[in-house]
Amino acid sequence: MEAVFLTFILVLSIFLGFELIHKVPATLHTPLMSGANAISGITVVGAISLAGSGQHDLSQWLGAGAVALATINVVGGYMVTDRMLAMFKKRGG
Amino acid sequence: MGGNVLFIQMTWVVAAILFIFGLKLLGSAGTARKGNLMSAVGMLLAIVAALLQQGLEFQWILIGFVVGGLIGAAAARLVQMTAMPEMVALFNGFGGMASLLVGWAALGGAGNTFTLVTIVLSILIGGLTFTGSLIAYGKLSETIGSGAVTFGGQQIVNSLIVLGILASAVMFCLQPENHTWLYVVVGLSLLFGIMAVIPIGGADMPVVISLLNSYSGLAACAAGFAINNNILIVAGALVGASGIILTQIMCKAMNRSLSNVLFSGFGSAAKDTTTVEGEIKPLSVDDAFYILEAATSVAIVPGYGMAVAQAQHAVKELCELLESNGAEVNFGIHPVAGRMPGHMNVLLAEADVPYDQLLEMDDINPRMETVDVAIVIGANDVVNPAAREVESSPIYGMPVINVDKARTVFVLKRSMASGFAGIENPLFYKENTRMIFGDAKETLNGLIREFS
Repeated sequence: MEAVFLTFILVLSIFLGFELIHKVPATLHTPLMSGANAISGITVVGAISLAGSGQHDLSQWLGAGAVALATINVVGGYMVTDRMLAMFKKRGG
Repeated sequence: MGGNVLFIQMTWVVAAILFIFGLKLLGSAGTARKGNLMSAVGMLLAIVAALLQQGLEFQWILIGFVVGGLIGAAAARLVQMTAMPEMVALFNGFGGMASLLVGWAALGGAGNTFTLVTIVLSILIGGLTFTGSLIAYGKLSETIGSGAVTFGGQQIVNSLIVLGILASAVMFCLQPENHTWLYVVVGLSLLFGIMAVIPIGGADMPVVISLLNSYSGLAACAAGFAINNNILIVAGALVGASGIILTQIMCKAMNRSLSNVLFSGFGSAAKDTTTVEGEIKPLSVDDAFYILEAATSVAIVPGYGMAVAQAQHAVKELCELLESNGAEVNFGIHPVAGRMPGHMNVLLAEADVPYDQLLEMDDINPRMETVDVAIVIGANDVVNPAAREVESSPIYGMPVINVDKARTVFVLKRSMASGFAGIENPLFYKENTRMIFGDAKETLNGLIREFS
């Protein structure tokens, strides 16, 4: 039953994603991509519970590696997107 | 469900809402920065909530945070705007690898077949995102050649890899205790990422980056299934959907199907047999200045060459001089100009060109007939009239910016070498076209000196 429930969420989220983003001006394609990319670092949330399991086994080390990599993705992604967006200005603005 | 768990879950709901609103605000230029901030706050909440889970040992989590945070922050601060495509590719790859590791680590608690299937998926998608992004990084930063790498039997080799992945994935689900199959899946997924991206040429990179972006979301999604976590599924699916939309936009802008981009090895396979009649008319910077001085309407069409020459600041300077000389200056931006979606927009924004001066292809084309001078800076295929006129051309049907309709066209170009696919560009031979050879930045600076 859990599987069905999760698939339900997946399908709805994908439709929501399409609706949200389907018309974005070309100017914003790069920031949208790198901003979305930062969100894909959400894996860090899953990695946290594995890295903190206290088992001292392979799965904990894999989790710790995942925390580091996903954090690069999150921190780098949001900062670089903000840096880009700070440069976008309107005429005369 | 204990109070603690309920609180964590509810915080994740709030985080999901912030991601959704953040992405929505990212869709319009005035609110984009706020949107990005909102989504960052959502991420922070999601992470804090995850840290509240009971029984966590923090040491390794903290080490991961510090290492990842320092690397990410340093990279984001130091990267040049011209190096943005490869930076995005690299971040993307790390996200994919993280999902692979989470999927792998989830194996310890895996019970039923459904979970095993999702573990395989997160390893597969995460792995190919990782190596695919690394190859894309190498091509974009020119660490490895940016051309398409093709060889005889490539399709067969790739098909064998896919079959190998399928077979080992099935065996892994049947015998999860035998780790050999797991290692085979990991290895083949990494290999597949490499094989999938090497046949794609540099100019098709906008499609590849968007697609890999989508994959990194889907990998997070799969990892969410593997560890039964809603927020991973929601956030991953949003990213997956946005990546797919961008991919579609890019493919449409090249008038090619996704499978054509991915499998055709366009960059080396396409051979153009058309010959173009007419003669090349070179122009000196001095003469170009006199024409520009008399122009009242100028359209600038940049391409990847502007990024290579780092000419965006010179472009902005010339643009200001032209405007103070009484000319109206607009920029025409093709959706696939450059190496990633929106590449030109970012570079010109860096040089302080306001974004409402950057016109999309469909907005600038109707005005082209009233333009006195169209200046093409380091663009080639995106202004090739053969896409309209020559049915036998490999790019026939691709929407292009019709600079040839302007009264005069200046093409700033290093030499007469043709664009990435070796496609002849009849634009260079047209009656109203003048070629200004040399480094784009040098040429622009020459023009700027003449004006001041």
